[in-house]
Order: sequence, then structure tokens, then C-alpha cells
Amino acid sequence: MIRALFSAKTLLVAALLLAALILAPQVLPRFYIYLMALVFVTGLLATSLNMVLGFGGMYQFHHAVFYGFGAYALTLLLTKAGMPPVFAYLLAPCCSAALGLLLGLITVRLTKLYFGMLQISLGSLVWALAYRWYSFTGGDDGIHGIPLPDVVYSSTGAYYFSLAVCSVSLLVMYLIVNSPFGRIFQGIRDNPERCRAVGVDVHRHQLAGQAIAAFFAGVAGTLFVTVEGSVFPELMFWTLSLELIIMCLLGGWFVFLGPMLGAAIIVVLRTFVGIYTEYWTLVLGVVLMLLIFFLPEGVLGFALRKAGPAQADPAKE
Amino acid sequence: MDFASNITAAALFQQVLVGLSRTTILFIVSSGLSLVLGVLRIPNVAHGSLYMIGAFLTYTIAAAVGPGAFGFWIALVLAPLGVALLSFAAERGLFCHLYEREHLMLLLFTFSMTLVFNDLVKLIWGSDYRSFTAPGFLQGSFDVFGLPFPRYNLFLLLIGPLVAFGLWFLTNRTKIGKIARAAAVDREMVGAVGINVSWIFAATFVIGCYLAGLGGALVAPTQNITQGMDHTIIIEAFLIVIIGGLGNIWGALLGALIFGLTDSLGILIWPQFAIVFPYVAVVIVLLFRPKGLLKSTW
Repeated sequence: MIRALFSAKTLLVAALLLAALILAPQVLPRFYIYLMALVFVTGLLATSLNMVLGFGGMYQFHHAVFYGFGAYALTLLLTKAGMPPVFAYLLAPCCSAALGLLLGLITVRLTKLYFGMLQISLGSLVWALAYRWYSFTGGDDGIHGIPLPDVVYSSTGAYYFSLAVCSVSLLVMYLIVNSPFGRIFQGIRDNPERCRAVGVDVHRHQLAGQAIAAFFAGVAGTLFVTVEGSVFPELMFWTLSLELIIMCLLGGWFVFLGPMLGAAIIVVLRTFVGIYTEYWTLVLGVVLMLLIFFLPEGVLGFALRKAGPAQADPAKE
Repeated sequence: MDFASNITAAALFQQVLVGLSRTTILFIVSSGLSLVLGVLRIPNVAHGSLYMIGAFLTYTIAAAVGPGAFGFWIALVLAPLGVALLSFAAERGLFCHLYEREHLMLLLFTFSMTLVFNDLVKLIWGSDYRSFTAPGFLQGSFDVFGLPFPRYNLFLLLIGPLVAFGLWFLTNRTKIGKIARAAAVDREMVGAVGINVSWIFAATFVIGCYLAGLGGALVAPTQNITQGMDHTIIIEAFLIVIIGGLGNIWGALLGALIFGLTDSLGILIWPQFAIVFPYVAVVIVLLFRPKGLLKSTW
């Protein structure tokens, strides 16, 4: 599987894509650069969700809480603690991972819907605390004008930074999904009883999965701060989590890059629908209904099935 | 922050009463959620939206009929029925074609209903908040140990047991209730003896949504009716059915009691972060009973 990733064809496509993305700021207007950076951030977030949702089979209903937590952690480390940016950027995702562990300790004892509903509820508590703790988190206003390091202050700088971090994170996540740990994780998704029978500690693996996914969600959170320069409690509101699940579904959640595509479609759609109407959620709701009825395997999943099993993504097996 | 500085016996008693009336609303809403969870096995995310629609409908109907007690009673009867009708249309029109799909798809479908309903509410009622008052004889308050207790809350305290009895009667004494309970345990078997499971699902779904609407109608005079009131209630209802045991109506009652009381007593202890207390209670319950206090129907 790993070899498939580094085959000449894949490498060529990846190199061309990367070259195009690196050159993009030279030709595209500033707004599109911002939009693409937002796509990277959201795509990374959706991919990290899909690690536990699609590949782990866990009903991760409140993933956004780790995203928002990472964003808040970075902001508070920069503003309140006055930490050097390098350390703050490294520490913030670890804070998310710690939250993932903490919530995971309570939630992984439950399965499926119990797990998901409890996660929504506990995550909402974190949201409510950020929403009300005015003196620390800025309450429902959030925190604006965050002092970012000069390198990423311009929109081009933020773009390159998020492109680099997003690419590295995707690569690492791909390697994790295809590592022995990732295989066990998928085994747990398909048959937890059998995994337990052959001696796999299901809870411990799920807990580790929670921490890893939360870590990358935290990375996405730090990128959001970089691109947007502000944080607000909506980042960890539960409807965002369900929107992320829609992105995974839209792109196709048994394909590694599916959520990335889904995130790109949703972010772009939201931006352009938002120009014409304020009823974006109505549009999103209808899109979701159509998706559930007519395209349950997602855009990329559908495309790969049409292309035939020979070209299916290796991660799909 | 005046931490736990204003606790007196009278205040404690008053908060218990307030908590109990809050419990009524929570119980009505979460029992509907639990009913749908038990039989259809779907956490209906749209439940909160239906609660909100119930509240807005109550406002509109009461305003249309005119001021006074009559408008209030008409609204209290009609608004939940309107919500039930809406859910019936959604269920028969769209939802019932998806029962063969996996759970996550069904859950996401209820989420898409939430998205559509919320924007419809915004379209119809706008983004402003609404408020209306209960009829005269339910307004005002009376004294409990020298502290005021709203009359409307007493009304809620009377409604709660009534709804609980109604639900008990429905699930234990009527044929449809018995079939629904059987379908919750083994839907294939129920289908095999010649009962149309799809219609049982529809009936359960509509009754569950009716309860959401009823909760919204009852809560309408006590608070501002706004966009966003759906989010709070759905999270609370989720927690309540989790600690009660998924699909168990009596569990919902127990969960609502725990939630309502910890919430209202928490306000007395630490006003700014009162929201923390119910969650702590939930975590404690789940540490000892991960599957909820009462037996889940699953």
C-alpha cells in the first residue's frame, strides 16, 4: 500500500498538483487564495474526522470541539501566556489531543450511538464554557486581532503555511491509516468482537485513535487561526461537527482523499451561495437530502466505482 | 463571584420547585426523543427544531385567535398537532424510504431536516425573538416560604404527571403501544406476523415529534421564543436519554429529574457556570452505569 503511494504515476500527479498550488498565489486574486487556504484547513479537519469515522467506524459526532479547542489553545498561548509562536504552534495540537484523551476516557466505553450522543453532549459542555467564560475566552465575541508571527501574517504567507502543514499532515495521516495500527483500527470497525477475540485491546486502540484524530483537528484549528486571525465559539459548535460528517459523506468516506474533496465542495458552495442568499443552511439541508437519496457513497467513491475496481484507492480495500 | 453565598432553606425549596417544573418540559421533550430512539433506533436530531417550531406556532396561533385564555388553550392544542402533521409529512414523504439504510444515514437525514426546518423558521418568523404571556389566571406568582413561585410553573407541575400517565397508557394499554414495544425488541418478528412495521414506525415518529411540539408549546410563555432554542434542548434531551437508558421512557423521566434538579440547584451554587452541574451528574452516572440507569430497549 505504501509502495502504491510512491509509485511513479502517483508521485507525478502529486508533484504537478503541488506545483500548481505553489504557483497559485502568483496568478490568482487574493480572495481565491484565502478561499483555498480555508479549503486546506477544512479539508484537513474533515480528513482527521474521517480517520475515526470512516476508517475507525466510530460515531465521532462532535469532532469540531477538538478543532475549536486547538484554535483557542493557540490563541490563548499566544495572547495570555505570551509564548513564542513556534512552541505555541506545537503545543496547541497537543492540547487538543489531551482533550481527545480526556473525553475519550469517558466515551470509548460506550459504543456506536451511545458514544456519539455522549460525545455531542460533552463537547457541547466545552463549547458552553468557552461561550460563557468572558474573562478568559472572550465569550461569544471570541478573540480577534491575534498577534501572529510575521511569516504568516500576510494572506500569501498564511496560504503557504497552511498548504505546507496540510500536506505534511495528510501524508502522516495516510501513513497512519496504512500502518499496522491503521489496519487494526479498520479491523475494529468491521468486527470489534473478532478483534477482541484475537487479543486486540479495542478500547485502547479507539482511545489512541481519538487522540490522534483530535491532534490533527487541533492542527487544523491552529491553521484556522493563522488564516482567519480570530477565534470564536462557533468553531466548536455541534452543527459544524455534523457539517463535517456531511463533507466526509459527500466526498466519500471509504476513500482517503474523499473528505478533502467534500470539504472543498462545501466551502466553495457556501461562499458562493452566501453571495445570493442568507439561507445557506436550507441549501445545505437539501444538498444533504439529495446526497443521502442518490449518492450515498460520495462523489469520489462513486467515481472510483465507475472507474472500476482496478483503480480503486488502495486504502479502500 | 458569590460562590454558594445565597443558599437558604427557602431558596433551596424554591429552586427545587423550579427544577421540577423544568423537569416537566425536559421530560416531555426527551420522552418523545426516547420513544423514537427505542422503536426506530435513530436519535432524531430534528427533535429540537420541532420543539422550536412548536413554540413559534403557539405564538402565532395564540396571536391569531386573540388575547385571553381561549387563544392560549387553542394554541396549546393546535401547535403540537401542527408539528405532528409536519413530521408526518416528512416521514411519509421522505424518511420512510430510508429505513433499510444504515443508521448513520438516517441520523444524517434527520440532521438535514434540522437544517431545512431551521431556515424555514427563519423564513417564516424572521430572526427576531417573540414572546407572549400565559392567560391571566396562570400569570403572577404565589409565595412559597416567603419567596415567589410562578403560577405557570405550578401548571407545568400538573401537566408533567398527566403526560407521563398518557404515555404509560399508550405504551402499555393500547394495541399500537404494545406493537410498537414489540417492534422495538424485534422488528423482523413483528413484520413476520403480518403487521405493517413501516406504519408503526410512522406512528411512533409522529407521536415522538408531537411530544417535541407539546414541549415547545408549554415552554413558550416562560421564555423568549428565538432561533437557537432548538440547540440547547436537543443537547439536553440527548444527555437525558443517555443517562436514562436509550428508548426507556421511564429512564427519560429519571434523567429529566436529575438534569432539571442539578441544573436549578447549580444556579444557586455557582450562577455563571451552572451549566456544568448537570454534565458532572451525567458523567458520574455513566461512570457507574455506562448503559444508563434503566434498562435500554436495545
